[in-house]
Amino acid sequence: MARKAITGNGAIALALKQVEPDVMAAYPITPQTEIAQNYAQFVADGAVKTEYIPVESEHSAMSAAIGSCAAGARTITATSSQGFALMWEMLFIAASLRLPLTMPVITRALSGPINIHCDHSDSMGGRDCGWIQLYGEDGQEGYDNAIQAFRIAEHMDVRLPVMTMIDGFIISGAIGPVETLPDAEVKKFVGDYTALNPLLNVENPVTIGAFDSLGGWYFEHKVAQNRAMENAMKVIEEVGAEYGKLSGRAYSHFKTHQIEDAEIVLVAIGSAAGNVKTMVDTLRAEGKKVGMLKVRTFRPFPYEQIRAALSGAKVIGVMDRSDSYGAQGGPLFTEISAAMFGGDTRPKMFNFIYGLGGRDIFPDDIRGAVETLEQAAAGEQVSQTRHYLNVREG
Amino acid sequence: MSKTQPKNKKWDVSDIQKWGPGRHELGATIPESGNADDYETGGWRSERPIRDREKCNDCMICYFACPDSSIRVENDKLVDIDLDHCKGCGICAAVCPRDAIEMINEIKACKLEEK
Repeated sequence: MARKAITGNGAIALALKQVEPDVMAAYPITPQTEIAQNYAQFVADGAVKTEYIPVESEHSAMSAAIGSCAAGARTITATSSQGFALMWEMLFIAASLRLPLTMPVITRALSGPINIHCDHSDSMGGRDCGWIQLYGEDGQEGYDNAIQAFRIAEHMDVRLPVMTMIDGFIISGAIGPVETLPDAEVKKFVGDYTALNPLLNVENPVTIGAFDSLGGWYFEHKVAQNRAMENAMKVIEEVGAEYGKLSGRAYSHFKTHQIEDAEIVLVAIGSAAGNVKTMVDTLRAEGKKVGMLKVRTFRPFPYEQIRAALSGAKVIGVMDRSDSYGAQGGPLFTEISAAMFGGDTRPKMFNFIYGLGGRDIFPDDIRGAVETLEQAAAGEQVSQTRHYLNVREG
Repeated sequence: MSKTQPKNKKWDVSDIQKWGPGRHELGATIPESGNADDYETGGWRSERPIRDREKCNDCMICYFACPDSSIRVENDKLVDIDLDHCKGCGICAAVCPRDAIEMINEIKACKLEEK
């Protein structure tokens, strides 16, 4: 075990190098560029045997990755923002072909106005494309999730692509401490990859991507995809526990902090969870019963476990780093609300949207959100469900 | 390095109309080759090729030109046209040097068959 000072991107590129997949097909895009660049350097230096396909766009990156994976190779790519959007149609193809690709996504706003900074518009927009989604808080989680993604994607009960998110710039470009595993340990953990029905197996020729017409089996295949997602719920936990034995950092679908007796709970995802945790500790020192739940697995969404974890809360504030225009709230808010609706007790739900286009979030913004939640907890009328933090209202 | 999984089974799809989500290959893969023959696509056809046995000298130009491998040949002789897969494109009629293939309206052809 080594402790390094490294950027989030650097940590992820290192994780990918340690896994050493057969093929990487990627196109550089801010703020993911460092991953594509570092990995190309590893290939150029002969540090890995990976075949690097420098493509001309992200649509081609995902298409090449799909072709490579269908051919039978363990394959990766990485992207951000507009690149993610350009991959859009191919993301669905990768999932529906049940190809176990893995892809770090360095989250960034979608244009326009043109903006290169962090929010979750890209990955949250892709929440229904059939990929498993794991969100990391920092470089360490980015590294750990990138490694675990292979085991989850390639598990025979799952066989779905996995994307692992970290926040653009805030984490991807910032240097922080990351504990890394020895190369051999990583390789042993992910193991050999066994392709299912690979195109390059000339002993058993197959057809991949055939037309399924009216009267065909499209519906059954979609149901099968969703059952694989249900299976992934268990596999993510098993892999997270096994990774914990190896690294000392066990993972599950979410983490809680000071939640046991909390009347007010903030739900966060991504890098802001660190800020929220610090503010929870500050407010606890002031005698306030506040807690936090940090979401890691967004697809499949662990609604039953989250409902159980939040069942004691009177008021829940969900923090979204992306908006859903015209919806009742951001993507995380609607998921948490739907999860809580199935329970016996219904806490009051509020949504705090923050950080769009890289707008900073300050401790006082989080404190302000908690003050709103305290009003609701005291029975006062709070007129809005959706609040925007640190937005100019001149 | 990645391994490949050897697999060689006969894909039995006799009751595929009843198959639920768990019985299909992952990702809708067709796990064996050579089964395009089982997929009858001749129903798309709006024109049917009719060969004049008297004019035809089995030169095989239509055999090489047919994009659907629907010209059936046995012992160097053109025996018939596979109407389960012929889509009526008319290439065979166009390339025939002896005008031995005529394209006729499929509905008329069906009516002629009934008679």
